[in-house]
Amino acid sequence: MNIMQLLQLIVSSSLMYAAPLILTALGGTFSERGGVVNIGLEGIMVMGAFMSAIFNIQFFGTFGNMTPWIGLIAGGIIGLLFSLLHAVATIHLRADHIVSGTVINLAAPALAVFLTRAIFGAAQTGPLPRAFGRSNIFLLHRIPVIGPIFFRNTSGPAYLGIVIAIIAWFVLFKTRFGLRLRSVGEHPHAAETLGIKVYTMKYAGVLISGFLGGMGGAIQAQAIHNEFGILTVAGQGFIAMAAMIFGKWNPLGAMGAAIFFGFAQSLARIGNYIPIVQDVPGIWLQVLPYLLTILVLVGVIGRSEAPAAIGKTYIKSK
Amino acid sequence: MLTQSSNRLNNLLVPILSIILGFIFGALLMLVFGYNPILAYQAMLTGVFTSPYFFGEALRQATVLTFTGLGFAIAFKAGFFNIGIAGQVLVGWVSAIWVALAFPDLPRIVLVSLSLLAGVVAGSIWAGIAGALRAYFGTNEVIVTIMLNYTALHVTNYLIRNVLGTGNTTERVGENASLRLDWLTSLTAGSRLNLGFFIAIIVVVLYWIFMTQTTAGFEVRAVGLNPYASSYAGMSAAKNIILSMVISGALAGLGGAIHGLGTFGNIFTQSGLPHVGFNGIAVALLGLGNPIGIFFSSILFGVLDVGAGFLPNRAGVPDEMASIVIAAIIFFVGANYLIRFFLDKVQTNKQATEGGE
Repeated sequence: MNIMQLLQLIVSSSLMYAAPLILTALGGTFSERGGVVNIGLEGIMVMGAFMSAIFNIQFFGTFGNMTPWIGLIAGGIIGLLFSLLHAVATIHLRADHIVSGTVINLAAPALAVFLTRAIFGAAQTGPLPRAFGRSNIFLLHRIPVIGPIFFRNTSGPAYLGIVIAIIAWFVLFKTRFGLRLRSVGEHPHAAETLGIKVYTMKYAGVLISGFLGGMGGAIQAQAIHNEFGILTVAGQGFIAMAAMIFGKWNPLGAMGAAIFFGFAQSLARIGNYIPIVQDVPGIWLQVLPYLLTILVLVGVIGRSEAPAAIGKTYIKSK
Repeated sequence: MLTQSSNRLNNLLVPILSIILGFIFGALLMLVFGYNPILAYQAMLTGVFTSPYFFGEALRQATVLTFTGLGFAIAFKAGFFNIGIAGQVLVGWVSAIWVALAFPDLPRIVLVSLSLLAGVVAGSIWAGIAGALRAYFGTNEVIVTIMLNYTALHVTNYLIRNVLGTGNTTERVGENASLRLDWLTSLTAGSRLNLGFFIAIIVVVLYWIFMTQTTAGFEVRAVGLNPYASSYAGMSAAKNIILSMVISGALAGLGGAIHGLGTFGNIFTQSGLPHVGFNGIAVALLGLGNPIGIFFSSILFGVLDVGAGFLPNRAGVPDEMASIVIAAIIFFVGANYLIRFFLDKVQTNKQATEGGE
């Protein structure tokens, strides 16, 4: 394998594993910028993965090759609906955010497998008729040197994630909506005095996180596992949360961290082809993403960089 | 949510109403999918309560849940969310099996104590890492314990495949490391209910004594209620963070050791984190942090867990239904504002009518 092929392999598999993380980490960013902790991202991803798998199987005949992309939207919508539960519980019913997130994480796998059994009579859906596969990015893959490494035979959803990350950064930091959402996460009382509807903004943050998290799950099912089962998501939602924190609650940072985690995860799969890495025992490659997260949290992030009012129930003044 | 309320009756009503609402939600979901909820609940309850074997199994499951529930509760009392219970169970489980396999010839009382101790130590170290990082670096314990969960999962699987055994499972531990009590096994028609159940009852009592009768327990509660006031009163925040996380991990590790030695007698590679960890969180939340409440909650969830096995054959319902009911119950506990709101309404209405007479 020459150096070009090697780079191509590393880049494309890092992006493939990063794609679900990018979208889900962006989702987490919106929710937490509005002050709502969302450890339920894991459960939301499970629902998104489940829905996209069902959609893929049911509608392959109708949509053909476009199926996974529309399945992505389907996963996003179910994620949005599921996150509504978290929003109502934490915002109106004043539940502890972590407790509510834990409920989402307990409920989603049980519900998704329950429904899978109710529909398919088995705990897994079986292989999906049309997965994302690998694709060339429009025109960019023709650029010499860079094109083949970054844009040929690579993960389409990852580039969608990168585009959404840029949009998310713009929305959060350059629009009125973003400013309001951030102000609600920092100081809801002050925001309300200025006439910002705190509850509405918090709902918006959580529901956006549900939509993006559901899309993340849909990518996990349709690009990596090519089926839905109890092990499809298995902890990716938590890694995405870590990416969000690693990225300091900034969409571009979260995207970069997600790509890094994608790279770390892909090493356990493709490490055999890479010089030096192939001599590292597999167990180290498997635990690397988790240990790195802890080290980063201790060393780089330090004390609270999080939105000031995160995790606190806001009770509207009458 | 675990704070004291002046109204003791409401404190008891919240979990009871949550359980009822959780079961009603499950029933509605079954109706929507064309299953018969009465048949399903009946299958679970008669399945467990009419057979000594399955009742023993439910208590056996409740044993582990008691430990994980208490473990979660003590960290929660101190203001921390130890979501790493599952990982601590796993390291406790693998350590206990490791010790039991390494010294098969020690006398039973020594080997059992040593193996359980190994579980306690492993669990407390695993949680202690998160506690120490929180105390000295301010690192978010939720994320650290989640990361340690997956580290524990991969390391345990690695140890099983490469150190303790060669395939996907270890050998069974010898008779001298078993927690089996012959009279209990024959009383429950051969179930795996074991000595661990009595250890759990003792630990429930010790936990209650620690939290309500000792200075250290008082400090843990005080730090949880108001960290600033506690540090002003001269209590060390760092010490209490680490202490509560270490005890939390010790309880989870002990639960894992008892799960390993008592239920299985070996350890096998896991595809995901053990459910007893996350269900322990559910048990602690339903028990509202009270040790007696946690004990009864674990029996309820033990019955649901074991009863779930009857759903597919006797009622044609997927067995995930039991987990959905558990999640629904915890949703209502978490959103207890809803229940308290209605309870308050009922009570004020009552007072109003009584006042009018």
